[in-house]
Amino acid sequence: MTTDVALPTAVSLQFPSAAPRPSLDCPAFNVPADGALALLHYLRDTQGYDFLMDVTAIDWSAEVSPRFTVVWHLYSSTKHTYVRVAAECASDAEPAMPTATGLWAGADWHEREAYDMFGIKFTGHPDLRRILMWDAYPYFPLRKEFPLAGLPTEMSDADINAEIGVGVISAPMVGGPFVATPGEPMSAAEPRAKDEAWSEKREKPE
Amino acid sequence: MVAASPEVTYNSKIEGDITVTRVDAAINWLRTNSMWPMPMGLACCAIELMATASSRFDIARFGAEVMRFSPRQSDCMIVAGTVTYKMAPVVRRIYDQMAAPKWVIAMGACASSGGMYRSYATLQGVDRIIPVDVYVSGCPPRPEALLDALMKLQAKVRQEPALKKQFSAA
Repeated sequence: MTTDVALPTAVSLQFPSAAPRPSLDCPAFNVPADGALALLHYLRDTQGYDFLMDVTAIDWSAEVSPRFTVVWHLYSSTKHTYVRVAAECASDAEPAMPTATGLWAGADWHEREAYDMFGIKFTGHPDLRRILMWDAYPYFPLRKEFPLAGLPTEMSDADINAEIGVGVISAPMVGGPFVATPGEPMSAAEPRAKDEAWSEKREKPE
Repeated sequence: MVAASPEVTYNSKIEGDITVTRVDAAINWLRTNSMWPMPMGLACCAIELMATASSRFDIARFGAEVMRFSPRQSDCMIVAGTVTYKMAPVVRRIYDQMAAPKWVIAMGACASSGGMYRSYATLQGVDRIIPVDVYVSGCPPRPEALLDALMKLQAKVRQEPALKKQFSAA
């Protein structure tokens, strides 16, 4: 993959507030939340980054402030290079970020997903609803404090909920964990390498 | 006296001899050999379900080739794939719309138990919301496994009293 070597200098001349962000692959920038759209606009129209690959977010956990970071990945269909832009949300309790739907129509669903999973409100979004979970779902599942097993709640359909009498329950995690842990070699990180000799009846050995 | 017309009377040379049977056996024979599935294809298991219907495996050999996309016309719901909590009320509503008697095959690990999706978004087994008759293991199961499940379901239907499920919801 080629990188756009001239881009960091061009951006730092144009946007003094955009700081280089540590990155192993493509150029990346940290910008203040209010300057993010201007930088994205400049990258799209002047630098040729015409394709919005992804809009996503990071939750650094409740102990860290600022807690939420929104990340945009852009691609240039003429230069065939990528660039990453990150901006921190000012508020930890009510995270918000200006919408990029004015620049790329494709930002619409990406931002709805980030709102669905993290609860980040994209101000100015034309139709900010949940996209994966149902509308009445009360939690934001990719926030750090939300357990993988989920939290009990009602299902989306009140009729059906009353009929079957069970709602959403926490998934059983016996035999788990079902996720690989980072930082270990693959043979030790995979779930099958973990101790699975415990069950409801036999306590998990410490 | 007018002689009976030979066309409208019973002619044992053409029709053969009369067979006597039980109502249960006759009704169950009809049911087992034309079990129209409701293909509840929700994930990758639906691909194997399609393969089962295609010429190589040919589910028509067991009388279940008429996939009905209307629950009113189907007898057996094949839940093929991961049931999310968002989809679960829809699955239950379609099951409710099927006319009795009705049966359910949970095809694959996800439909049977949630499979590898031990997470907030996935229903941990479709038997939490609808009664399941046959579970099929596999991720996804091979078409032979689904055919075996269908044969097991047919064997089950042959054993049950024909009118038992006629009026009951489950």
